[in-house]
Amino acid sequence: MHPLSEALIAGLILIGAFFLFVGSFGLAKLPDLMRRLHGPTKATTLGIGSILVASMLYFLLVRGQFSIHELLITIFLFLTAPVSAHMIAKAHILRSPGERSALPGTGGKVGWATVDENGS
Amino acid sequence: MLTRLVPHPLLTILITVVWVLLNNDVSIAQAMIGLVLGLLIPKATSAYWPGRPRMRAPLVVIEYLLIVLWDIVVSNVQVAYLVLFRRGDRLRTRYITVPLVLTTPEAITVLAGTITMTPGTVTADVSADGRALLVHCLETDDPEATIARIKTRYEQRLKRIFE
Repeated sequence: MHPLSEALIAGLILIGAFFLFVGSFGLAKLPDLMRRLHGPTKATTLGIGSILVASMLYFLLVRGQFSIHELLITIFLFLTAPVSAHMIAKAHILRSPGERSALPGTGGKVGWATVDENGS
Repeated sequence: MLTRLVPHPLLTILITVVWVLLNNDVSIAQAMIGLVLGLLIPKATSAYWPGRPRMRAPLVVIEYLLIVLWDIVVSNVQVAYLVLFRRGDRLRTRYITVPLVLTTPEAITVLAGTITMTPGTVTADVSADGRALLVHCLETDDPEATIARIKTRYEQRLKRIFE
């Protein structure tokens, strides 16, 4: 294994580990649910992404074969992370009256979909 | 005739590509199996997919993906900084309302997902008539600038892609 590719892969894994840690740390540290959502939705995407790039580089440079599973993992992650964050936010808005009264208006005649009684 | 055989051309391509990626093996044989699946599955499920999302400008998709990828990297660094070096209760957190000019569900879904993945914002809800998004900002001192940024950077490109 060439030392340069070894260093590159190790560096990417370390960057990934750092951002994954920050995401989890934000989840534990920030004071309320909506702020806590920001940690896992963002910091973890770059964390996972950089570990996946490291994995692709490992198979390409060390094993000499091309691995594309990682691209698929990235796509599924980008599809699922916003949807789950959205569902958590909706459940939070629905369940806490304090949060509901703090929401800004929609700028239209109807309310937000989660709380509007006539909403679709 | 062609639309009855291939009700969703984009879905066919997507299934073929995902099949090849799942097998981790780029070869003619896998592509053919994927293509057969890509023809059968949309045909069998077409009763549940009456509408067809249209793509007007496929090349803008590449530009859009590159911009979003870059913004994801930037947003990760920003959120990491906020999490590590700022007290959580001092963050100027607030909700903002983003009025939409997009009308198709696909475009609004992509915009909502993009907002969640990019700097300091999470999409929390959509208005009941689908004409505004409720966005939660982790740290902002200028809500108008954030809204303008979302509209010019993402929404205008999505408008060109989908509508």
